[in-house]
Amino acid sequence: MEASRRNFLKATLVLGGGLCLEFSFPLAAKTAAQAAPTEVSAWILIHPDDRVVVRIARSEMGQGTFTALAQLVAEELDCDWDRVSAEFASPNESLRRNRPWGPMLTGGSLGVRSSQDYVRRAGGAARAMLVAAAAARWQVDAAACSVERGVIRHAASKRSLRYGEVAAEAARLAPPSEVKLHEPKDWKIAGKSQHRFDIPDKVLGKPVFGVDAALPGMVHASIAQCPVFGGRLERVDSSAVDQLRGVKKVVRAGDFVAVIADSWWRADQALQKLKIEWDFGEYATASDASIMAMLREGLADDKLPQAKKSGDGASALASAARTLQAEYFSPYINHATMEPQTCTAWFKNDGTLELWTSTQDGEASLATAAKTAGLPPEKVEVHKMMLGGGFGRRGGSQDFVVQGVTIARALPGVPVKLMWSRAEDMQHGFYRPASLVRMTAGLDAEGRLIAMHSVIACPSILKVLMPEAMKTPIDFTAVRTLSDMPYNVPHQQVDYAQRNGHVPVGFWRAPGQQNAYYRECFIDEVAHATGKDPLALRLELLAPGDKNRAVLEAAAWAAAWSKPAAAGRHRGIAVSDGFGSYTAMVIEVSVSAKGEVKVHRAILAIDSGHVVNPDTCRAQAEGNIAFMLGATFHQENTVKDGRIVESNFHQFHLLGLGEMPQVEVLLVPSGGFWGGHGEPGALCVAPALCNAIFAATGRRIRSLPLKHHELRPA
Amino acid sequence: MLKLNINGRPHQVDVEADTPLLWVLRDQLQLLGTKYGCGVGECGACTVHVDGEATRSCITPVSAVLGKKVRTIEGLAGKKALHPVQRAWIAHEVPQCGYCQPGMIMAAAALLEKNPKPSAAQIDAAMDNLCRCGTHQRVREAMAALASGEPSGGGRHGS
Repeated sequence: MEASRRNFLKATLVLGGGLCLEFSFPLAAKTAAQAAPTEVSAWILIHPDDRVVVRIARSEMGQGTFTALAQLVAEELDCDWDRVSAEFASPNESLRRNRPWGPMLTGGSLGVRSSQDYVRRAGGAARAMLVAAAAARWQVDAAACSVERGVIRHAASKRSLRYGEVAAEAARLAPPSEVKLHEPKDWKIAGKSQHRFDIPDKVLGKPVFGVDAALPGMVHASIAQCPVFGGRLERVDSSAVDQLRGVKKVVRAGDFVAVIADSWWRADQALQKLKIEWDFGEYATASDASIMAMLREGLADDKLPQAKKSGDGASALASAARTLQAEYFSPYINHATMEPQTCTAWFKNDGTLELWTSTQDGEASLATAAKTAGLPPEKVEVHKMMLGGGFGRRGGSQDFVVQGVTIARALPGVPVKLMWSRAEDMQHGFYRPASLVRMTAGLDAEGRLIAMHSVIACPSILKVLMPEAMKTPIDFTAVRTLSDMPYNVPHQQVDYAQRNGHVPVGFWRAPGQQNAYYRECFIDEVAHATGKDPLALRLELLAPGDKNRAVLEAAAWAAAWSKPAAAGRHRGIAVSDGFGSYTAMVIEVSVSAKGEVKVHRAILAIDSGHVVNPDTCRAQAEGNIAFMLGATFHQENTVKDGRIVESNFHQFHLLGLGEMPQVEVLLVPSGGFWGGHGEPGALCVAPALCNAIFAATGRRIRSLPLKHHELRPA
Repeated sequence: MLKLNINGRPHQVDVEADTPLLWVLRDQLQLLGTKYGCGVGECGACTVHVDGEATRSCITPVSAVLGKKVRTIEGLAGKKALHPVQRAWIAHEVPQCGYCQPGMIMAAAALLEKNPKPSAAQIDAAMDNLCRCGTHQRVREAMAALASGEPSGGGRHGS
């Protein structure tokens, strides 16, 4: 593809060309020789030499939104894609200008799908203003002008003007009241694989991440938080460290203590030498066993609120010819972003506060910093840095900002960079909730699935992070995929036992995904019990025209499901919609006589309606599969004496390179809607894998991770 | 004062001899491309070259590299062109968040300097850096392209 090839050449020439990301470090002097760009609208800056800068409100954590949103703006702007770059919109400016860029929260696979309409309109509006400015200069009708790659032409008079020549005049015009958007079938810039803007800097090791903040006179902080959630700092004896070289200050606050020093290493070494006494609080004896007992008590509660009831609900089970029942469990899992939590804060002498942080929500970071500092929000600025992984950890919870600001307040006038150690990060997360689910299926005399009753015991993420969003006793993130099954089962009931415990829970990539594991493995159990093919049963239960059918059929076709697997290979299948998209997966495994599982292939079919950057969508699919294979095989966070046991990657294994299967991604956008890509690819991995292992071994995997299971063929 | 040779340039730093090289690079020398991920040599985000060997700088005391040549991600590219591994990483759009990638790239470059044509199994065995985003498939693709000697490491956008 021609445009992509040019972009690739552009990308390889970045060396020596300077950063394409414009982070505002005071020390990073911008080239003065460049004339200032014109702000045509809040979204679009145009330089006199036609370079276009698109402002992006959402965060970039590797999911590609930074580039995809620019593609959508450029598509409607009709500019030259080779001359487009992007920068983050400022949270402070957003506040002062009444949020011209909309929300900055980046989660729920919403980055593109929930802003696509207004960013495209912003591009189209700017195009109309630029054309109107040229038409006014020529004194011709704007409708008689055409645009191609940032050049406006008036054919009758054979005149042309570049965007950079009329940007200043365009900026003075009012935006049009109506904008006609390009039809996706006519897209030239969107819908194509474009190289991501952020990759060259990342490959060169440029300082783009939160932990890379570097300011004049900056000092460093390492933190120790109370090992038991809910505990408090009692007292600290810092006499052993006060005189150590480089140590500036010991900061005591609430549930943590931090050491500030002239390097992070000296800060952390001093931190280890502190004599800290904690009040562990009321959860000091909590354990895996007490958490399991809490969940089990939830399942036994006979007065639970219902998240769904259709037909006769659970009472229909009484009339079933046969019932099946199974209990499934998932553990707590940490996000374990490769970049630990971090926040650089600087109380400046002019009474303002500046932050540099890796955040999924720049506005929430600003509000949290202002509240913590007791400053009006207008006096706070947040510089949004590239995130070294997010996965939901850095959005709703702004704990790192509270700490960064609290610590920096101890040294006014001095920038302080807080970075957590890996152990702090592993043991003070907002974990994927542990959950225990009991499902009961009712079959009629012909073996048809007529009733399904699910009881879900699971901590509530919303209760922890967004209590205002809990309008009923039901947390939708805890029940979805079971409460909104696409399967035609006449009698359904879902009961929810909110059992919160003391371990903080949070939005972990594809929140609620555990239910896809439970549902799709249990449907596999029903298929096995009734002698049906797992694909055929699913298709039987899905209405004609349901988009889940099309992705199932696509994945099954790519896997040649109708033919036997190769000798020694076994397959599992699963389907789930979520985060606006429809996904299905086939995983192919072999299992050795010793019980070693090798995953050979993972085929994901995904229908997201529209696709803005196909290659980035494939990357998200590959990433979701690696992320979830790691979780399904290896990962859990366990609790002993009220605290998380695992402290580092030796106890929390990520998927190794050699464990990665060949991934095949089928993008099958059917148009007419906008679905996400950051999370949906996660949904089917655990069930497709466990169903494949059942096909290979006859063993049902009803709890994770797999490392606890004997997997020798039964 | 300890004398270091980093990316072909002499540096003097005033730190304790047991300070890990990682923190000398990041906090003393502002070479921020090398990353902290675990602090115990598990993840490889801090990988640099010491006399050509891929080395985990978070568990390497600075005293162990005196008189040796240290190369970081900032010193990998030549004056006029990126290193072939960097070119391949761009062509294959390998990074997602990108945080682990400087270490990944340094490990890849060290492997290829020793063994220009590693097999798939050798690549899997040698590249034990951890990546949370799941760039595994593209790391393999980029490495396979480099091992096969494709100019600029091939690419994903050819069609």
